[in-house]
Amino acid sequence: MTWKKKEKIMDPEGMNWTLRRIANEIIENCGVENLCLIGIRKRGDVLAERLSRIIKEITGKEIPVGVLDITLYRDDLTIMGPRPLIGGSELPCKIDGMKVVLVDDVIYTGRTVRAALDELVDYGRPSFIKLAVLIDRGGRELPIHPDFVGKKIELTGKKQVQVEVKEVDGEDGIWIMEEEV
Amino acid sequence: MIKIKGGRLFDPKNGIDEEGDIYIVDGKVRKEGAAEIEIDAAGLYVFPGFVDLHAHLREPGREDEETIETGSRAAVKGGFTSVCAMPNTEPPVDNQGVARFVKEKGEKAGYARIFPIGTITKGRKGEEISEFGDLIEGGCVGVSDDGDCVRKSDIIRRALEYAKMFNIPVIEHPEDTYLSEGGQINEGRISTILGMGGIPSISESIIVARDIEIANFVGGWIHLTHISVKDSLEKIIEGRKKQRGKITCDVTAHHLVLTEDKVKEFNSNFKMKPPLRSEEDRRALVWGLRNGVIDAIITDHAPHAFFEKELEFDLAPFGVVGLETAFSSLYTYLVEKGELELATLVMYLSSSPALLFSLPYGEIRDGGIADLVLVDLKGEWEVREDTLASKSKNSPYLGEKLRGVVVCTIVDGRIVYREGEWRRRNEGISS
Amino acid sequence: MDNGGRSLNRKDLLGIEELSREEIELILEQAEGMKEILERPVRKVPALQGFTIANLFFEPSTRTLNSFLLAERRLSADTVNVSASSSSVLKGETLLDTAKNIEAMKVDMVVLRHSCPGAPHFLAKRIDASVINAGDGSHEHPTQALLDLLTIKEKFGKIDGLKVLIVGDIMHSRVARSDILGLRKMGAWVRVCGPPTLIPLWIDELGVEVEYNLDRAMRDVDIIYVLRIQKERQKKGLFPSIREYVKYFCITPERLRQAKEGVVIMHPGPMNRGVEISPEVADGPWSVILDQVTNGVAIRMAIIYLLARRRR
Repeated sequence: MTWKKKEKIMDPEGMNWTLRRIANEIIENCGVENLCLIGIRKRGDVLAERLSRIIKEITGKEIPVGVLDITLYRDDLTIMGPRPLIGGSELPCKIDGMKVVLVDDVIYTGRTVRAALDELVDYGRPSFIKLAVLIDRGGRELPIHPDFVGKKIELTGKKQVQVEVKEVDGEDGIWIMEEEV
Repeated sequence: MIKIKGGRLFDPKNGIDEEGDIYIVDGKVRKEGAAEIEIDAAGLYVFPGFVDLHAHLREPGREDEETIETGSRAAVKGGFTSVCAMPNTEPPVDNQGVARFVKEKGEKAGYARIFPIGTITKGRKGEEISEFGDLIEGGCVGVSDDGDCVRKSDIIRRALEYAKMFNIPVIEHPEDTYLSEGGQINEGRISTILGMGGIPSISESIIVARDIEIANFVGGWIHLTHISVKDSLEKIIEGRKKQRGKITCDVTAHHLVLTEDKVKEFNSNFKMKPPLRSEEDRRALVWGLRNGVIDAIITDHAPHAFFEKELEFDLAPFGVVGLETAFSSLYTYLVEKGELELATLVMYLSSSPALLFSLPYGEIRDGGIADLVLVDLKGEWEVREDTLASKSKNSPYLGEKLRGVVVCTIVDGRIVYREGEWRRRNEGISS
Repeated sequence: MDNGGRSLNRKDLLGIEELSREEIELILEQAEGMKEILERPVRKVPALQGFTIANLFFEPSTRTLNSFLLAERRLSADTVNVSASSSSVLKGETLLDTAKNIEAMKVDMVVLRHSCPGAPHFLAKRIDASVINAGDGSHEHPTQALLDLLTIKEKFGKIDGLKVLIVGDIMHSRVARSDILGLRKMGAWVRVCGPPTLIPLWIDELGVEVEYNLDRAMRDVDIIYVLRIQKERQKKGLFPSIREYVKYFCITPERLRQAKEGVVIMHPGPMNRGVEISPEVADGPWSVILDQVTNGVAIRMAIIYLLARRRR
């Protein structure tokens, strides 16, 4: 199946403003002491880097950024077919006692976040873990809810959200995708 | 009486290659006669029946692998009307009693003619020579410790000397076991890649050279069986120049077709002794056949039980079946590809081995014994476990389609095999 | 799954010979990801929960078996070990029977160590479970070669263009065979050195150079890979004595003075200190022998992970 871009729901400037707002919310809610941002591969890590930069602009404080590859924690690994390749996780510091904000581009079923939480606790015991996402598209299958949300949308039928970032895709933008028939 | 109508009569020995009718009267080939049974041989070749100087029929001892009955059924299905049975049975054919048993079992089966080979040494132990005279009276046409080489030079010397009295071949399995011990496949490129124990070419050529020296020294007759390497041929060509002893040899059908590359898949149906050799060796063997260095093509039919072959390569026994695939594999791989003339193939499967062992078969002539085989060269058959008549299915050609189908085999003037059906030649009315 | 078209699309890992350069690169890359797991406080990921692996070791081995076991457990697979001496084959049960029995217990993967070349290939054709070759006679030891390649890549940042000398019993070494194949595929240049009785006559078919004189052989190489000398070989008359072997082929600090600056020493273990390698060299700055051991677990994790597929 092929997916086709149908509607642009956020432009580069919109993304910038949204991230800025989320950064402010994080500062307000969590403070910057012992704060650590951990992005989920492979766009959450880019967003985490950007949030860190914005927080530094605002507070002058360097916030460590890590990346999680949740492949080995997925709950659908046993299906047939080629294995998804692992990209490797990298945490910038020990997370014991840290305030961790997980960052991802889109939240949907919640399964990715579940895997990320499982993986995180294998690294240590943070004082808390919060979740920041750019888009919440609904459709949760697990009792998991983001603490910081850029934009909330409801999608029905065969549609998807695609977040593009210039570090990976060449350009910023968020799209509604529709399946090509 | 049988009339074979419209076949292409083909006997290289007598220079026959013509379409025509022949009759079989009282077990003899005749140009004219009356016919009770008519075989329409249009489109078929009529060859002299094939003669195999070297097959393992496993009886007595390993009747689970093959019996003289099942082996001779496989033989006639492959076009062989005469088969020499190797004596490495349990007990071995080292006395007249066992020789008679083999001979009589062959006659009772009533398909191919079965000729026992006796052992060179008692119990095949390589220590004392067997009673050749007694063995010959029991029906043996040669002696061999095949499966093992006669390791001691003085013993093979005594055998070659003693056999002069009877004018029978002493058939040597040339293998210096000091050099081949632990070997699984040819020592060379493939054994290096696979990390397998190698059987070097010199383990064969050294014994070939030794036996030729001894045969020339004592003026005896050495028959070197299943020659597999180029060096052996060179030794034979050299040795014959002395013209003291009689030096003859044969090659197996599979060594003319297959090479060591086949064992890369670890399929034990390509494991035999001597091992499959290099392409250079194979070409040399074909050359040797075309140039009269080699006297016969044999099958070295060596049935093994499935459970024995279905093992790790190192643990599986040596040997493959060949009676049913010898002609069609050689036809498909050598004749059709232009490496060998059909006449050469037929001659070395029929008249040449027959003459060598003084068997009165292997030719088509007026008044000659009617051992014949009718072959459809355009026909094709698939080698499968269920298309092989042999009790064992360890064929290197499993799953392959071969051309050259034996349609009908006649032994002593009787139809013993015709299109998938067998009939004993001592059964029912004379035809 | 979006892997950019890259995957190890095979049921079994039987040898380096069957792997393409791209597949080797993929395994090395995935192993690098696995290495990170070994550094975590909890050195275990749930990837293969409910997946069962049987380790069939028909030859004594502690090192390779333990390395596989750790790799399996770090991926949360369940494991069962079957050790049997090859002689149990003679006692009646064949390899195939043993494997079929284990498979009937719903095992998804078999790791096989066996003294017969081709035993894993034989098994792979006959059972549904994936088969990993953990060493088959003198044939191949693909996981060893891959961990060696990973170690070299880490040390030099590349494999292409390096010069590698392998010293010792080339004839009977599955490590040598797999390493030669792997190094050649990755663009390295290989020379072998040892007594001529332990070097197959046809070794140049594998694209390597032969030099019997160790001092000359080591001069221009980046890596010296030392093979274990099995003392049984001496008893079979393949070389006259351990003493004479040591004289000509033991890697010592004195000898290494003739080698290139920064030459790296590797050994598949277990070592015979003072026979093929002197203790000073084994423990010295040249040695990456313990890195090899660490990388063994990561490589095996990567291979198991990439091959793992649940049977129906």
